[in-house]
Amino acid sequence: MKPFTYERAGDVAGAVAVLHSDPAASLIAGGTELVNWLKEGIVAPARLIDVGRLPLAEIELRDGFLHIGALARMSEVSAHPDVRARFPAIAEALEESASPQLRNMATMGGNLMQKTRCPYFRAETALPCNKRVPGSGCAALAGANRSAALFGWSEHCVATHPSDVAVALRAFDAVVRVVGPSGERVLGLDEFYRLPDGAPDRETTLARDEMIVGIDVPSAPIAVRSRYLKVRERSSYEFALVSVAAAVEFNGTKLGAARIALGGVAPRPWRLRGAEEHLAGVALEPQAIRAAIDPAFDDARPLAHNAFKIELAKRAVVRALLMAGGVK
Amino acid sequence: MDLTLHINGVEHRMEIDARSTLCDALRERLGLTGTKKGCDRGECGACTVHINGKRVLSCMTFAVMHAGDQITTIEGIARDGVLHPVQAAFIEHDGFQCGYCTSGQIMSAVACISEGNATDGDRIREWMSGNICRCAAYANIVAAVEAAAR
Repeated sequence: MKPFTYERAGDVAGAVAVLHSDPAASLIAGGTELVNWLKEGIVAPARLIDVGRLPLAEIELRDGFLHIGALARMSEVSAHPDVRARFPAIAEALEESASPQLRNMATMGGNLMQKTRCPYFRAETALPCNKRVPGSGCAALAGANRSAALFGWSEHCVATHPSDVAVALRAFDAVVRVVGPSGERVLGLDEFYRLPDGAPDRETTLARDEMIVGIDVPSAPIAVRSRYLKVRERSSYEFALVSVAAAVEFNGTKLGAARIALGGVAPRPWRLRGAEEHLAGVALEPQAIRAAIDPAFDDARPLAHNAFKIELAKRAVVRALLMAGGVK
Repeated sequence: MDLTLHINGVEHRMEIDARSTLCDALRERLGLTGTKKGCDRGECGACTVHINGKRVLSCMTFAVMHAGDQITTIEGIARDGVLHPVQAAFIEHDGFQCGYCTSGQIMSAVACISEGNATDGDRIREWMSGNICRCAAYANIVAAVEAAAR
């Protein structure tokens, strides 16, 4: 690990001012991602600014939004009564992430800033990876790409985004509030997360001198009937192969509206808006749902080893919608 | 850097490299080797300690981030020479073989019980899933946590 200096930020403006004036500076809060990046040499900042004790840990339902401070810990958000009652998919996505110890440390802002778990990116020996070393190539494109993306990838990068809670946040149209030297901006998650295109080393549109200060989730009635389904290779403490945040609203005995976002299939949480529209007026039963959601996968682009994720994701969407609608 | 840590009710002053994880500071600087360094990547749970009453991984945080925090390690949970009930339950139920993961398991279990997450076997397995045991003493670990929670 390269040497760095350490200081605690006094306030957001001070932290942002350091980022603006010192290109070698980096923020640290929970540390559960950054400490690994430092150990692996993925990043090597000369100056760490600890923002972990700034007063940005609110979790409050107010003015039609759930306001989540950037420094609220994952465990605090998942345990919050309003989150559990009004946004069950957010609570479930958080509780199925990481381990209890990591959830006590990791912050919500830091969770959104996670980098991919692609094995080539995380490799201890240097392998071609355009995220690690821009221009070095993508070893996963023709390599072991079982966990790679179905949607939104480019020949420069086929990695998926690992966050669970971002998938639930995407289903609920959450926005990210960020502060830079010239003030605050508000970004939807599709504006916050970039597709890899030709520059996969940049996952987000966050400028180098900006920091996330909060996440606002509109408190829509549909969120109350929501679930998060995570499919993984062991039953706990593992990243998703495929995950689904689903929410439903009934119109009589049929679906009136639905929300679907997928994890583990794209470089960012992947909303299935077309499928949501097709579900209006559909009965909450497996065959009818399957027929309505199938076309959403027509533009999936599988690689050599991950085509199984198309059928897996379709079945997961059906099951998540049934769960959200209260079918056991 | 100058750093003061509060560990098991005792104040420790030291000069420390900012790169030292809390786990390394406990073991290498303070001789508190009960906390184990397993994977050093936040994957195994062997380094679990409590900070301000919450279970965390000491390998995934820098020591300098914890000036002012109350830290509890495995050395700090027995009282007046009497084992903590979770320690006693691990012995009673043979909740280990090689013992390397045990202090992390016990620190995690103490928190798991106080959080209210040790209500039945399935819940214990889920809420203890951040602590890996390569000897696979899991059945006895769950039995020990279940017994200590009663």
